[in-house]
Amino acid sequence: MLRFLVRRLIVALLVAATVMVLAFIMTRLSGDLAISIAGPNATQADVEAVRKAYGLDRPLVTQFFDWAGRAAMGDLGESYFFKSRVSALIGERMPVTLTLGISGLLIALLVSLPLGILAAVRENTSFDRVVQLVALLGQAMPSFWLGLLLMILFGLKLGWLPISGTDSWEGFVMPAVVLAFSAIPALTRLTRAGMIQAMGSDYIRTARAKGLSRASIILKHALRNAAIPVVAIAAVQLGFMLGGSIVIEQIFALHGVGFLAWESIAKNDFPVVQSVVLVLAVIYIGLTTLADLMNAVLDPRLRGA
Amino acid sequence: MSIATTTTGPRRGWRSAATWFGAAIVGIAAFCAIFAPLLVPHDPFAQDLGKRLLVPFWMEGSDPQHLLGTDQLGRDYLSRLIWGCRISMLIGVTVSIVSGLIGITLGVLGGFLGGRVDDAVLFAITTRLSIPVVLVALAVVGLLGSSMTLLLLTLGLLLWDRFAVVARSTTMQVRNLDYVAAAWCAGCSRFRILTREVLPNIASHLVVVATLEIALAILLEATLSFLGLGVPPPLPSWGLMIAEAKDYMFFSPWVIMIPGVALFVLVLGINLLGDGLRDQFGARSEP
Repeated sequence: MLRFLVRRLIVALLVAATVMVLAFIMTRLSGDLAISIAGPNATQADVEAVRKAYGLDRPLVTQFFDWAGRAAMGDLGESYFFKSRVSALIGERMPVTLTLGISGLLIALLVSLPLGILAAVRENTSFDRVVQLVALLGQAMPSFWLGLLLMILFGLKLGWLPISGTDSWEGFVMPAVVLAFSAIPALTRLTRAGMIQAMGSDYIRTARAKGLSRASIILKHALRNAAIPVVAIAAVQLGFMLGGSIVIEQIFALHGVGFLAWESIAKNDFPVVQSVVLVLAVIYIGLTTLADLMNAVLDPRLRGA
Repeated sequence: MSIATTTTGPRRGWRSAATWFGAAIVGIAAFCAIFAPLLVPHDPFAQDLGKRLLVPFWMEGSDPQHLLGTDQLGRDYLSRLIWGCRISMLIGVTVSIVSGLIGITLGVLGGFLGGRVDDAVLFAITTRLSIPVVLVALAVVGLLGSSMTLLLLTLGLLLWDRFAVVARSTTMQVRNLDYVAAAWCAGCSRFRILTREVLPNIASHLVVVATLEIALAILLEATLSFLGLGVPPPLPSWGLMIAEAKDYMFFSPWVIMIPGVALFVLVLGINLLGDGLRDQFGARSEP
């Protein structure tokens, strides 16, 4: 178990380092950053001054290790546009994105676990087919479009929910539902497939032969085994949701990390852009590593992998 | 790793109506995409400020000249919709080709050679999955300026993970089969075994992945264009049409309904076709 843990953590660190290099390269793709920071009316002297002030005259490798070294210590540099520390900016905006992501995941689990289990228990009935159809329809639904439709329906026509802002919890309802919608098809399909496989296995037959109740067989024996891939995917989905919340935050004007990234992209504020990419990637890496470790605890067979 | 697909129950593959429905939608979309210049009733770029926001045919006071009405600049909505289909299909297919080339190469090499190479491929897949796709695509397009070529390359470079995962796992299975061993014994070169024995036998799995990737690329393009960092205006991408119509949606909801429904139906059709092909081939689309 300890060997598995150590190896998994080393891989996680290497992946994070690679993402750092990629995020750094990405922001340098546009060529001369000093020109874009100085603005359209800058003279040659202004550009030179900017280049010096931000340390952009140094070799790229030096710039990278300077940034990476500080980032590893938690210092993500300073924003050109907001004129404040990037880590403070992200820290300020993170609660909104986390609230959105976690409530989205909870809604998704609350919908897809029961649907997936019931569909598997009633495999090939009309209920099962309806669930699969819903998953299929959900998969094809563009989330930004769903967001706009909900805004028209619940915001304007019915007037039940505010169409933007985070002044109260009600402002989170529609964004969280839209975000959950993107994860529901995959989670439902996976729960259903896992349950069908578990229900067909030998230990379920044994449990039946022992005369256990149907509820006990489904909930205690089958679900525990079917839960393993679902736990992994739920962690992965939360990572995707935090990354994908940029769209939802923009539609509903929620000032989270995604919104911050969107603003910064528009303003060429590259320290913020590369830091948000890095932070989201690190969260994702942390979540997947955690999921792997949890799986290893739940299922000792996976520890060898 | 393996999730049992049931063979009993409803009709699957080409015997299922859903597959045919999906194939019909994809067929119509492909037709519209290829013959768009001949099909459009009006120039999709021509503005007519005297005819702004005309309503579609099912509403009171519509103009028979413009079946689906006009947008906020008086451009014919039906023509823009057809042209948008061309753009969606172009992006879906091209991105799928670019990402397929990258993903299949990596996956087949990793699965076939194993060892260190496979470790490197797995590491590349893990790294790729940890990168937030929408954010990075937005950032690249935002920093470099939006153009079709850049969008195609960016999405292609970001969406190869599923190709790699499926190519890798199927190659591993095929590698150990008898006919590959026979080819080794017959003295075939590695390259010949890869191209003649392995690739043809994993092709059906890859076709299924390709359909799902086309759908994903189309959705992503629409999302990026909706956020203003995808297809550059005045090109009529469906995502861009929804973005431009957003300001009018509370008064005339059909302006976002029409391109949204088109996007939804096309992606649904591609997914139905992909699921049907998967069942037909007995292939897997997930790791």
